[in-house]
Amino acid sequence: MIVAEVAISLLILVGAFFLFVGSLGLAKLPDLMRRLHGPTKATTLGIGSMLIASMLYFWAIEESPSIHELLITLFLFLTAPVTAQMIAKAHILRERHARESIPGTGRPVGWATLDAAKADEHSEHTQIPSGP
Amino acid sequence: MIDIACIIATAAIAIASLLTLYRLARGPDVLDRILALDTLVINTIGLIVVIGLWFRTTMYFETALLFAMVGFVTTVALCKYLLRGNVIE
Repeated sequence: MIVAEVAISLLILVGAFFLFVGSLGLAKLPDLMRRLHGPTKATTLGIGSMLIASMLYFWAIEESPSIHELLITLFLFLTAPVTAQMIAKAHILRERHARESIPGTGRPVGWATLDAAKADEHSEHTQIPSGP
Repeated sequence: MIDIACIIATAAIAIASLLTLYRLARGPDVLDRILALDTLVINTIGLIVVIGLWFRTTMYFETALLFAMVGFVTTVALCKYLLRGNVIE
């Protein structure tokens, strides 16, 4: 029982540490693309180890295993990359200097995000009609 | 022992939330603020899980799940709005 308690406490502390480091990175890093790295670690490692601690607690000490934590973990692990990608995409498409600082792909096609935006601009379906 | 760990974790998450609020108030761009809001939601989920462990109750897990869902939908909707000027086209 004492082993389980030590393990749970350690996992809680590790989770809190990673949440703190994620927010510290968000507050201190110089630009958005670098700031994106902080919260992703907070999500996966911080929340992940806290939920493992919680699962271990209800399984080993209360002896009533629960699977809610698995649901939260699964949901967060699925959505965190989508969020980060949406923010990065919005950043690249909104800021000219971000768009110009991307290196080339080294292939006949460019970056998918930029190509799609360019194709959208030339497409007749998204053209703004000029006058009546 | 778990109680002490929970107290330390709560304090750490409180400081983390303050750092996130700093970025939310300061952030030079809208996207910085969206990222800060997303991080704030993550911190809140961590806080809810720790408090559930502290009070020895499973009641808070539904709250954490709801927070995760609402946070994800909010972030994606805001990004979509910034990208296209519309949430659902």
